[in-house]
Amino acid sequence: MIHADLSIPAKTYKAFREALADLPDVRFSKRHRCEWGTWGLVSASQSAAQTMLDDFPDVRHVYLASGSCLPLRPVTELIDYLAQRPHTDFIESATTADVPWTVGGLDEERFTLRFPFSWRKNRFLFDKYVALQRAFGLKRRIPNGIVPHMGSQWWCLTRQTLSAILTDPERAIYDAYFRQVWIPDESYFQTLARQYSRNIESRSLTLSKFDYQGKPHIFYDDHLQLLRRSDCFVARKIWPHAHKLYDAFLTDSAHAMKKTEPNPGKIDRIFTKAVERRTRGRTGLYMQSRFPVETRENGLTSAQYSVFQGFSALFENFEPWLARATGTRVHGHLFAPERAEFSDGQTVMNGALSDSAALRDYNPRAFLASLIWNTRGERQCFQFSPADNQKINWDIAKDPNAQISVISGAWAVPLFKSNQNFCDIRREAARLQQIESKHLEILRSSWTKARVRIWTMAEFIEAPMEPLQTIIDEIGPMQNTRGLSEVPKMADLTGFGQFLQNLKNQGMHPYLMGNFPVAHEPHEAQTTSRKPYLVR
Amino acid sequence: MKFWQSYRMRWRRKWAKMRAWRKHFGLSPVVDRTAAIKPGDVLLFCTLRDEHIRLPYFLKYYRDMGVDHFLIVDNDSTDGSGDYLADQPDVSLWHTSGSYKRSRFGVDWLNWLQGQYAHGHWTLTVDPDELFVYPFCDTRPIRALTDWLDGSNVRSFGAMLLDMYPKGRLDAVPYRRGQDPIEIASWFDPGNYMIEKNRKFGNLWIQGGPRARVFFPDAPKKAPALNKIPLVKWNRRYAYVSSTHMLLPRGLNLVYDEWGGEAASGVLLHAKFLDTFTTKAEEEMGRQQHYRASLEYKAYVENLEKTPELWCKWSEKYINWLQLEILGLMSKGNWA
Repeated sequence: MIHADLSIPAKTYKAFREALADLPDVRFSKRHRCEWGTWGLVSASQSAAQTMLDDFPDVRHVYLASGSCLPLRPVTELIDYLAQRPHTDFIESATTADVPWTVGGLDEERFTLRFPFSWRKNRFLFDKYVALQRAFGLKRRIPNGIVPHMGSQWWCLTRQTLSAILTDPERAIYDAYFRQVWIPDESYFQTLARQYSRNIESRSLTLSKFDYQGKPHIFYDDHLQLLRRSDCFVARKIWPHAHKLYDAFLTDSAHAMKKTEPNPGKIDRIFTKAVERRTRGRTGLYMQSRFPVETRENGLTSAQYSVFQGFSALFENFEPWLARATGTRVHGHLFAPERAEFSDGQTVMNGALSDSAALRDYNPRAFLASLIWNTRGERQCFQFSPADNQKINWDIAKDPNAQISVISGAWAVPLFKSNQNFCDIRREAARLQQIESKHLEILRSSWTKARVRIWTMAEFIEAPMEPLQTIIDEIGPMQNTRGLSEVPKMADLTGFGQFLQNLKNQGMHPYLMGNFPVAHEPHEAQTTSRKPYLVR
Repeated sequence: MKFWQSYRMRWRRKWAKMRAWRKHFGLSPVVDRTAAIKPGDVLLFCTLRDEHIRLPYFLKYYRDMGVDHFLIVDNDSTDGSGDYLADQPDVSLWHTSGSYKRSRFGVDWLNWLQGQYAHGHWTLTVDPDELFVYPFCDTRPIRALTDWLDGSNVRSFGAMLLDMYPKGRLDAVPYRRGQDPIEIASWFDPGNYMIEKNRKFGNLWIQGGPRARVFFPDAPKKAPALNKIPLVKWNRRYAYVSSTHMLLPRGLNLVYDEWGGEAASGVLLHAKFLDTFTTKAEEEMGRQQHYRASLEYKAYVENLEKTPELWCKWSEKYINWLQLEILGLMSKGNWA
């Protein structure tokens, strides 16, 4: 039984009919104008079903399919399958409260409001009329206390159920009611079948997947194997030019008589993934078709990374030590003023990322996001200091993937070791202190999402191993069950307290490093107490 | 967007259409086969000059993809491109000896032809050295993509320009007529792109890749734009504003998602860096007909003498579209 949309030109329809004229069991039903989500679709199915039941008294099950449906298994298998379940109605049918698939925010209301305007053609009037009804609290009564159900419009019903629906004495009332329900083709039969059916199997025999906008996914030639293995009876929608699919499935005369149940699991997964990609995307990826506005990134970067501030100033061999202790990729100062100091002195990094400072500073955020994206699977660590480009500070602070460890005031150590004139040192110290204190303010702000640890330098050198162990444990389990086997070498700080005092004497007040006594002992004590007789 | 801004954009668009009208007097049809264009056909628009050597592969590539008709403007070629194209059954050809620069790098000519012939058609606008790649392009013709875009109410489709280059010197392997240029220029930069949003036109401004890395490491702002929107369901009101980087009305530039998801997108493989490039660069330097007073070509000529190689240790060798999708250079979006 074929229903052809009334909007098809008469010429096309005639040619189509003539082409099928030689097939005795093909009939054409009364034509209705069918538009998406309108009553025409229901009345078309009604007329076709009526003619079908009248003209073919032997028919037990009626299967509703569309022109873009494709049988995936030999029809005889479907016949056998249905013959074994003579009283089962296959129709997806659920109450509005139980299904999440409604698009457009209308679920229960599609049964209690009126929808005289087309959603596709008159969206404005549609929306306004809905708003109007909501504003006045207009509600329709649902006739005879039926419970509205919804589901896929592709059903397969038994003669008993279908004829009961079509010949119901109350049908005129139901028809009048559903005529103004939104998307009646997904609720008319679904609701009424519940009234009469003895045995509803609430699923559709037609494989049909919808994307996040409520549009059906389409199958192409390259889905051939996937469709074959799904063991579904009918699938939709098939792209009209997917000739390979039509050739493969419509000429399949092999009566394999498989008794398997449909199993669309794999197809489900593929389409679910597609919807997820469209709605959530890949975290930390910025590209031509994914460029989220702030706060919608769902993660600024794609993986965790660590930022160390002050460590490479305080320890002489911090970077190689960290690399050995954690097995991660350890860079120098990525945001240094001259160039991005990639690990091992490389000038180009993963993804062909250049070390040019100008390119990096042109868009520091893109630089960092690219680096983390390009090195997925390998944790990145890098050094940072107040002497580096500070434009990236907010981005890192707001990134939950960042682990930031700061020894405040440690920038003074290189100055202390340097061979510059003291007035230059003083000026530089004042500048760096100001920058770092601004940075610390950011790190302590309520917007910060990174894991931040801040020690003053004085605090840190009292017991350096404990914080180091904590940081490294957090980075990941590598070989740290035994504790750190090797200790980074701390710079010689003899005289550092005096150096700070000298700065103070010059009127600059270094406070970020904490309280250092002028004659500072603990570090020296540590070095002198090394046991010289211990051979390995 | 404020009313007066919309209004200004409207005038901007009218102005582009006006320019197209003015410049069309310089176009003379050589072979007009546009009567053969059927409703629903996918059309390709292209401006070129002296690209004879690339044309056989170019036409084959897009014919295989399912492009139905080519509308080409020949800007005074002297290498036989015109004759070659005139003989092709699915090409309509126009000739002009006008200035490429003064027609805004071909945009005016193509805007005119698109207004005349592309209304209601999916329209691909590419250069002869650009090869369009979209998700599933190895198994689905372009018609599958445009049908899907139609079904999703999408009018335009973005494809970033991906600069391809050979390993070694550019002139080491000569390109032969009819050859797939990607066989030679098979490498690209996988992850050094920078994106900013253009607030005025709503498009993304993408820079980076080998040209930024090698030619503009000290002046990134001058690095060429890589964002392109080559595939559009054309309407006679539409106009390209600057090359195929952006269009008006502005809605057409929203080929990306701003809410965290990924829209579907493709890539234009840019096979510019072949052995033909060095001679072309010198010639174009002389003509001064390219964008920003041929600044790009100048940088190439200067730099290529110093660093004749674009390839680096982290360059990636092109395999297929799936590789680009995994690297995050393009996306399937919700097409599956």
